[in-house]
Amino acid sequence: MSSDEGEEERVPLRARPEWSDVTPVPQDDGPDPVVPIKYTEEFAEVMSYFRAIYLSDERSPRALTLTAEAIHFNAGNYTVWHFRRLLLESLKVDLHTELDFVERMAIANSKNYQIWHHRRWVAEKLGPKARNDELDFTKKILSIDAKHYHAWSHRQWVLQALGGWEDELSYCSELLEADVFNNSAWNQRYFVVTRSPFLGGLEATRESEVLYTVQAIIACPENESSWRYLRGLYKGDTTSWVNDPQVSAVCLKILNSKSNYLFALSTLLDLLCSGFQPNQEFRDAVEALKTSDLDKEDQDIARDICSILEHVDPIRANYWIWRKSLLPQTA
Amino acid sequence: MDPSSCSPITPTVTQRDQWMVESQVFEIYQLFSSIPQSAQSLMLELQRDNHISYLTKSLSYLPPSFSVLDANRPWLCYWIIHSIALLGESLHYHIQHNAIHFLNRCQDPNGGYAGGPGQMPHLATTYAAVNALITLGGQKAFASINRDKLYGFLRRMKQPNGGFRMHDEGEIDVRACYTAISVASVLNILDDELIQNVGDYILSCQTYEGGIAGEPGAEAHGGYTFCGLAAMVLIGEVNRLDLPRLVDWVVFRQGKECGFQGRTNKLVDGCYSFWQGGAVALLQRLYSVVEEQMAEASQVSSKPDVSEEQKSPYGTSGDATCHFTHGGTDKPGLADFKNSGYNFINEWRERDPLFHSIALQQYILLCSQEQEGGLRDKPGKRRDHYHTCYCLSGLSLCQYSWSKNPDSPPLPKVVLGPYSNLLEPIHPLYNIVLERYHEAHEFFFVES
Ligand SMILES: [Zn+2]
Repeated sequence: MSSDEGEEERVPLRARPEWSDVTPVPQDDGPDPVVPIKYTEEFAEVMSYFRAIYLSDERSPRALTLTAEAIHFNAGNYTVWHFRRLLLESLKVDLHTELDFVERMAIANSKNYQIWHHRRWVAEKLGPKARNDELDFTKKILSIDAKHYHAWSHRQWVLQALGGWEDELSYCSELLEADVFNNSAWNQRYFVVTRSPFLGGLEATRESEVLYTVQAIIACPENESSWRYLRGLYKGDTTSWVNDPQVSAVCLKILNSKSNYLFALSTLLDLLCSGFQPNQEFRDAVEALKTSDLDKEDQDIARDICSILEHVDPIRANYWIWRKSLLPQTA
Repeated sequence: MDPSSCSPITPTVTQRDQWMVESQVFEIYQLFSSIPQSAQSLMLELQRDNHISYLTKSLSYLPPSFSVLDANRPWLCYWIIHSIALLGESLHYHIQHNAIHFLNRCQDPNGGYAGGPGQMPHLATTYAAVNALITLGGQKAFASINRDKLYGFLRRMKQPNGGFRMHDEGEIDVRACYTAISVASVLNILDDELIQNVGDYILSCQTYEGGIAGEPGAEAHGGYTFCGLAAMVLIGEVNRLDLPRLVDWVVFRQGKECGFQGRTNKLVDGCYSFWQGGAVALLQRLYSVVEEQMAEASQVSSKPDVSEEQKSPYGTSGDATCHFTHGGTDKPGLADFKNSGYNFINEWRERDPLFHSIALQQYILLCSQEQEGGLRDKPGKRRDHYHTCYCLSGLSLCQYSWSKNPDSPPLPKVVLGPYSNLLEPIHPLYNIVLERYHEAHEFFFVES
């Protein structure tokens, strides 16, 4: 079905007897088009035959084969994909074979909206029985590119529409074990803890997730992903975030190490802006990061943090100056 | 655990890729700092003539390898024509004429523009075609857009959940929301029906990181963040987003390579000069709303996050009533969304940009620019029209990012390289050269 192997000598459509009854429709670009593409002869021919069957709305097996050829030349042609879906429905094609076709296309042009939209459509038609195929397929793509945006979106759709949540958290852990900087894996982890029907949501998972994240932060304090995730675990519950000693403690620990403390400082600043009351330990830790050329007169810890950040994070100097300007003036 | 001993011994894929790019970029910067000043200013020069020649050639010929963009021809038109307009160059009369006629062949009899003649209409290519026609300018270009049919197409793409489909039976995402709202806004066909629930959909795409994703649950991403933020401004519901978290996420996307990355822990890429830089530029005009949200957060730390608030049709839930309105006055209730695009640029910027404008210009000019013409993602990648368009758009944003007033030209010290690098200013919500936008506004708002 719909084989598109190009290895053998390609016979032009006009030389194929099964197409002899069709008059190709050339593209109507007008007399002086802009951005004209110098199509190859094969490309122009396939598209001309495609236009003919598209215009006559021919729902036939040969039309289906032709869409595969057209997609082979340009997987970004959403009109061809759309017509292919009409054909798959009209011809009642076994959609399992369609998954193989999409997979071959996806390996070659994975960064293409049409392929993934088509894959979702096929999987939706197949229903829960497609679940494992889809989870395996996305895993395969993610093993090549672990941050593949479309693959992650597809996987999230599969989980929500077809299920398969059981092993997802351990899959995230596996990916983070391999690369703790993989922000897509952190995002997926957040997706799982907030939406999995088995885990009970943010509040139920918070304790273990905070523990996991704090360890990841301590191992790599320069990793922005884990810091943002930690903050995310308290989304909608600022009070718990401000009052949980684990959050302030990890900031303090990193500050005291005096290296890779950018996110610890910015987190502490956010905590202070949300009402966190620092004790002397925090003041001392921040004080110890001030360099001699920083102005000494500031009595306020939040202002000190902004000054340090302005100095150690010059690319965001304007941001830190602005943050400082929003702090209440100390008397 | 002792932090110093716990860093991975063998670098992860992210670290390895990042270090490779850093070393390439820093090599360029090192070379730059080691040469005399006269050579430096040569290196920083925008190669206008070469860019224009690369762009104009493509308008009249594209090789067979462009067949993969055969369903994106209005995009090619927009990327090229907009880039040429940014460079302050005008097209020959006959090329303008040909472009208008070609885009008209992409216009569907039932409204909207397709990726090429005879294809189905698509929201993204509709946005590209409309922006290209506005950039071409003139009555003929404007009048060629069938606004009534286009409105019908937009309504057909509209989904009950507030999102839009890209085409009949197509995918739903934040890009579709932005492209639909942007064309409706600029053509003065935006109404309550089109806006209905769009804010809810975009809000559901803001992630725990602060940025906006393509779909609910997906990862925060520069392209979708610009699209989501701009659409929210255009429909007058920007205050419903958690803006302090959005600002924080987007400013952290600029890295030591000086350019922007698209997502946390991903590689720098020149096109995000516009997507992320554009988001910052929009936020720069929303300070009063952002600061109000920050003040609220510091006063009542027990208050749920803005994004968690009860949803109401026009986002005036709770005390977050500060809709962006003309003159900066806070007006509760329905915002004047029909004029939000026009009012937005007449609002004076209240403060300096939150990103490092000079650093970003440095990345664009030294790392993204090809001396032979065209701009690119990063050193080692090849130029293309998409990156040329978005690197130049980002460069323009940088150059005007300190201007306090839309009519005053920037000071030489804020334009990196020779002052002749100065590009035309853009309307940051639509990414259309400002002057061309004004002409279209006159046509679609005043004359109709
Ligand atoms: Zn790019």
